[in-house]
Amino acid sequence: MEFFIISMLNGLSYGLLLFMLSSGLTLIFSMMGVLNFAHASFYMAGAYFGYTISKWVGFWPALFVAPVLVGACGAVFERMTLRKVHKFGHVPELLVTFGLSYIVLELVQLIWGRTAVEFPPPEVLRDSAFTLINHSVQGLSVVWGSAPADLCSNADASVRVVCSPFPATRGFMMLVALLMLMSLWLLLTRTRIGLVIQAALTHPEMAESLGHNVPRVFMLVFGAGTGLAGLAGVIGGSTFVTEPAMSATVGSVIFVVVVVGGMGSLSGAFLASILIGVIQTFAVAFDYSFITLCAQLGLSLSDAARENSFVKLTLSQVAPILPYLFLVLILIFRPKGLLGTREG
Amino acid sequence: MTYYKFKPYNVGRVVIWSLFAILLLVVPLVFTSQLSATMLAQMGIAIIACLSYNMLLGQGGMLSFGHAVYTGLGSYMAIHALNMVAAGNLHIPVSLVPLVGGLAGMGFAILLGYVTTRKSGTPFAMITMGIAELVFAMSLMFSEFFGGEAGVSGNRVAGDSFWGITYGPQIQIYYLISIYTFICVALMYAFTQTPLGRILNAVRDNPERVEFIGYNTQRVRYFSFIIAGFFAGIAGGLSALNFEIVTAEVVGAGRSGAYLLFTFLGGATFFFGPILGAILMVIAFVLLSEFTKAWLLYLGLLFLFMVMYAPGGFASLLMMNLRVAAFGKLRQIWVSYLGLIVTALVILMGAGAMIEMVYHLQLNDSLGDTLKFTGVTLDAKSIDSWVGSLLVMVTGLGLFEVMRRHYLHEWGEIQTGIENEIKRREAA
Repeated sequence: MEFFIISMLNGLSYGLLLFMLSSGLTLIFSMMGVLNFAHASFYMAGAYFGYTISKWVGFWPALFVAPVLVGACGAVFERMTLRKVHKFGHVPELLVTFGLSYIVLELVQLIWGRTAVEFPPPEVLRDSAFTLINHSVQGLSVVWGSAPADLCSNADASVRVVCSPFPATRGFMMLVALLMLMSLWLLLTRTRIGLVIQAALTHPEMAESLGHNVPRVFMLVFGAGTGLAGLAGVIGGSTFVTEPAMSATVGSVIFVVVVVGGMGSLSGAFLASILIGVIQTFAVAFDYSFITLCAQLGLSLSDAARENSFVKLTLSQVAPILPYLFLVLILIFRPKGLLGTREG
Repeated sequence: MTYYKFKPYNVGRVVIWSLFAILLLVVPLVFTSQLSATMLAQMGIAIIACLSYNMLLGQGGMLSFGHAVYTGLGSYMAIHALNMVAAGNLHIPVSLVPLVGGLAGMGFAILLGYVTTRKSGTPFAMITMGIAELVFAMSLMFSEFFGGEAGVSGNRVAGDSFWGITYGPQIQIYYLISIYTFICVALMYAFTQTPLGRILNAVRDNPERVEFIGYNTQRVRYFSFIIAGFFAGIAGGLSALNFEIVTAEVVGAGRSGAYLLFTFLGGATFFFGPILGAILMVIAFVLLSEFTKAWLLYLGLLFLFMVMYAPGGFASLLMMNLRVAAFGKLRQIWVSYLGLIVTALVILMGAGAMIEMVYHLQLNDSLGDTLKFTGVTLDAKSIDSWVGSLLVMVTGLGLFEVMRRHYLHEWGEIQTGIENEIKRREAA
């Protein structure tokens, strides 16, 4: 039970991190029709900016400054390059961001080196947020923070005590993502600029003829989207690892999220992020393979079959490919994505 | 009623293809070093791969991020076939092993292309990327087929030798590759002239209208994808024969990205563009990577500028200047070109010096503070080198801007001149 809760929370927090990235990507895509291939590069840039700034002024200011810087870089990039190729169509736009992803990767390696840097979370978040204690006699209980050692050790050999801590960084990640989700929603539906964005989304010509500077709105949206990626980068970088490969690991997954959720659908992106986060986290935790399955079904396998690498594969080994399998299945059975409205 | 059709003998085409064949024959006799022999072989392979990629990107408007899947799986199948030939289980000559790769590429394109070609445009790009990741992740899982970290190695000196051709010496494998290159290039050119190739161009330009005249765009994309997969697989099979080892990186995202990058740099809008791109690719991978560690950065910047200012790649630049030359106006503008090139080199000197200094500080800290850059000794920790490089770069930028304006003015004048000339000829 405590395993299920902790895995679920881990999956949710990973899914919310994915959503922080995919929301910006979806927003940019639905607005400008541009798939920002370099979105994960901005995520990485956020992590490295956060790392450098936190060395100077500490983690908390970095959490605000780094995303703003990343967003500014994104806006400048949109202004300098994307706007110029906009007239050539969508493929050159995609190619420009593809080229940018190479450049950002090389610049990061140039400035910060090819190996991982040490970017620890702040003191407050290094502990556990809470600990679940499963006591075979007293049942399940929750202790805030990390549990004292005497609660987790069993004095009596017949009593089984299992402590499962939930890291505070993960909790913080969820908190930030939810706050971001809320403010994004409020911004889009309740403010004037949000209404202009929505108008520019569906009727750019009309919004322009009403006197709104649509290219500038595009620039702001691009900046905001990349800024969100930068925010996710600061949190993701301090929770996981900050290394040049981090953009590649998360990059392809967020593209899967966007396609699975339905191109341009924010709620679809949310659903798909959570789904993929949870599926992947659970899959990593299970060590089952076909051999276990057959054993449970009462089938016996020959020794040769046991040595077959396909049969030997455990669920945790398959975990990295699950998002892509999911993508292929979705495309076959529901080509417009989970909550998408248009056929691409 | 009998219908007679007279076609003039296309002299230009015959000349170009004969020149291409002669070039393939003669080149290894001119460049005889060991390095150039391996590079030429790789160029032949890259030409097939890039042209097959351009069948998707240039002719079909399909931006694929997973072309290495088909070259890579072709490589794997070919190396397994080679090992079976060596073990005596399979009786085909080594010369036909690349065809096994081609059939494998085609088979996987039939299987995976069915999913990918259901969409076009941006979703297509993302799905190909997802599939590429899927295959790459699987390559690390199934070590029996993919050989795990070490890869699968083979020996191309297998089976019976035919007329004394054992494929032991590099020159023999070069000629095998060049024969394949010539045939594949010719076939792929022929494909552009078929009804399928023509309708593929229409699907790229206006899919809606193609649907209206009764074609299924999805099926057109699917068929073209399969054919592209076949040629990609041949390229993969040839590279398996050439290197005699296949590792998981041949299906990796980096390889797919390289195909895209260089096909675009060469020029996706012309048939011969990817050939230029392929030659550049081998030069960049073999020579540029030796020259500087930051080569991917330079490459990325070049790519970015190319997309922004010359979306047709090098091929379109070449063709535009050929047109200028055809009207005898290249004389007016070559000074501007010289100026542009020189000032661009100055910028590159300044920026390159700074990039190399940063890299030096980053990687070779133990080797001291000085480094050599194009004959100049720089001290990465002294302010002089930095200010100097910055000054060089800024001067270069300023001069380049002046030259660029001058050049644009001249270019505009020449284009109007050419248009007037065309009108005058039409009127005459």
